[in-house]
Amino acid sequence: MNGIHDMGGMQCMGPIIREENEPQFHEEWEGRVFGMFFTNFAEGHFNVDMFRHAIERMGPAEYLETSYYEHWLHVYETVLVERGILTQAEIDEKIASLREAGGS
Amino acid sequence: MAHDHAHNAPPSETAMRVKALETLLTEKGLLDPAAIDALVETYETKIGPRNGAKVVARAWTDPDYKQRLLEDGSAAIAELGFSGVQGEDMVVVENTDDVHNLVTCTLCSCYPWPTLGLPPIWFKSAPYRARSVIDPRGVLEEFGVTLSDDIEVRVWDSSAELRYLVLPQRPAGTEGLSEDELAALVTRDSMIGTALVEAPAS
Repeated sequence: MNGIHDMGGMQCMGPIIREENEPQFHEEWEGRVFGMFFTNFAEGHFNVDMFRHAIERMGPAEYLETSYYEHWLHVYETVLVERGILTQAEIDEKIASLREAGGS
Repeated sequence: MAHDHAHNAPPSETAMRVKALETLLTEKGLLDPAAIDALVETYETKIGPRNGAKVVARAWTDPDYKQRLLEDGSAAIAELGFSGVQGEDMVVVENTDDVHNLVTCTLCSCYPWPTLGLPPIWFKSAPYRARSVIDPRGVLEEFGVTLSDDIEVRVWDSSAELRYLVLPQRPAGTEGLSEDELAALVTRDSMIGTALVEAPAS
């Protein structure tokens, strides 16, 4: 594999931006995504290799435009649907109903 | 609080996707939201670089411990009670007068959670992952660390299972400090290799 996820040695990525005293999670949803790593793992929905493989199958543009925890979210959506635990229709419907309810 | 807006603004598309997933898995009995709450709290309050600092301070004050740490990082770190996910296979690399170590993960930001907590933004960023392996001295300069040319720089790129922790050099003039006082000097970045441990201002 030599995809976009393998960044070692790439050039022209710009300066390294640092944030002083950064919080563990920048948004509440990041903490939920983080926690779901453990619960999904414990339920046997994926192992480390499947997790990585799902990230490596992201398109390069999407990979670059999304953050670390968005990559994880992508893994869950991909693997849970592929394994038949959820359907894409179920996910889409739930998002739509949450949006209708104002997201809370 | 820099992120107060998150509580007032409408939830982002991403937040909605996360909520949908959590709700569906909860409805199917495959997830307990309280377990997520507990994990978030644990990583926000209990697991972080103070753990790694204790390991470093112990190694500085106990030569036998240091030897065990360099021979079998996972076991020696577990002696202090730090183990678990993303710390199963730990290798500790020692900075000396001749060698400086720098840790990266070019593939996806693997990081030793039990000793350092969750990775900072910059460790996960494309510029660090890309440049740490091709221009480590340039990266170190950017972090304010200038090494003389005769110091060898070794870069350790984490793999899917293996995690690295840098054992920084104990600063001169700290002979009289206790283990706890020494631990207080050890920064997160010094255990990644992007900083040196500074002696306390006298």
